[in-house]
Amino acid sequence: MATPVADEPRRRPLRAALTLAVAAAAAVGAVALVHDLAEPRIEANERAQRVARLAAVLGPAQYDNDLLGDVVYVRDPELLGTDERVPIHRARRGGQPVAALIETVAPDGYAGAIRLLVAVGVDGRLLGVRVLRHQETPGLGDGIDERKLDWILRFTGRSLEDPAPARWKVRKDGGDFDQFTGATVTPRAVVGAVEDALLYVQAHRNDIFSLPSAAAAGGAAAPGP
Amino acid sequence: MPYNPPMTPADVLRNGLSASNPGLVQLLGLCPLLAVSTSIHSALGLGLATLAVLVTSNAIASVVARWLLPEVRIAVFVLAIAGAVTSVQLAIAAWWPELHDALGIFLPLIVTNCLVLARAESFASRQPLGLALIDGVAMGLGFGLVLLALGAVRELLGHGLLLALLPPGAFILLGLMLALRNWTVQAKTATSAAAQAAPADRSAA
Repeated sequence: MATPVADEPRRRPLRAALTLAVAAAAAVGAVALVHDLAEPRIEANERAQRVARLAAVLGPAQYDNDLLGDVVYVRDPELLGTDERVPIHRARRGGQPVAALIETVAPDGYAGAIRLLVAVGVDGRLLGVRVLRHQETPGLGDGIDERKLDWILRFTGRSLEDPAPARWKVRKDGGDFDQFTGATVTPRAVVGAVEDALLYVQAHRNDIFSLPSAAAAGGAAAPGP
Repeated sequence: MPYNPPMTPADVLRNGLSASNPGLVQLLGLCPLLAVSTSIHSALGLGLATLAVLVTSNAIASVVARWLLPEVRIAVFVLAIAGAVTSVQLAIAAWWPELHDALGIFLPLIVTNCLVLARAESFASRQPLGLALIDGVAMGLGFGLVLLALGAVRELLGHGLLLALLPPGAFILLGLMLALRNWTVQAKTATSAAAQAAPADRSAA
């Protein structure tokens, strides 16, 4: 190590601080550059993945419209778990509404927010729930991912009447849904978010399918509290 | 500062691949080694990602070390490693999204693989750029090959023997690999009359 011998002891801390500042700036700059190069592709990947997931939840025979194109954006921090607008994709068949697919958020996961895709049929029954993005503990909370456990598939066919509202909880809280080994916080968050999404659809059933597509005008489908 | 005899590129390669193999001799980076080796696919992916990070961080450490005061040297290396890991993660998310999903949290956790900081600090920072790059490749390959071997064995055994896929199975199989390596090294030194002991990694901390 070529430590400069000419350094006065008084100036050493200054030099050290300057070195660190330059290194931090260089590191941030490099990461920002890579981020700019990668971000369009990452977004395209997530979009393609989203179409595949939407199709997987519904089954291709259920609808005949363009799910990514037929979308409204709504905002409801209380029931949809986030301050941001979330998309609701609308599945139709022969022009008739089939299902609403909400990208909702469970804000109270063990390691931050869990993004979910909740598909609700026009009859108020769940057609399926999938996890879009999470950071839950590998081996414990990540059982909500359908590739790890089939837990999340158990929502299919449920509705606000099945089970009754008081039993829309994990078993540990006196409800009908199993938690899984080693994880209670994560399933609790997911069950809560799915119930809230059902409540949202129940409250806005008429608006969700009639609004013009891509109506980013917030508050239209979500008149607010 | 320890005495650093000049090393040839062949020495550096041999160190990474066998004599001071990170997985079997230095025993560095065992956490990802044990956690991600459940399948060949993810083992290969993490091995290549770690290799990319090692080469990048070794190159940076080799080039910038001469300007660094000892008190900030490690901090700067950590910054460089964190930047390299984040960049590799973004690149994998953009160009190999399935691999990104398969590796999950263990991709950003490469930043905590002590092998990366150990090579930057104990080797690359006191060697010319060329050797530092070779060391990054050799250590990355050495780590990746052990990861791959463990991944292959666990995936193969896992079809009939669930234990192989569970954490205890990873420990047992790695232990068997260590024993096998030590046994072959000892057998070799015993047979060769001219005591050709494997050269130790002179730079290892």
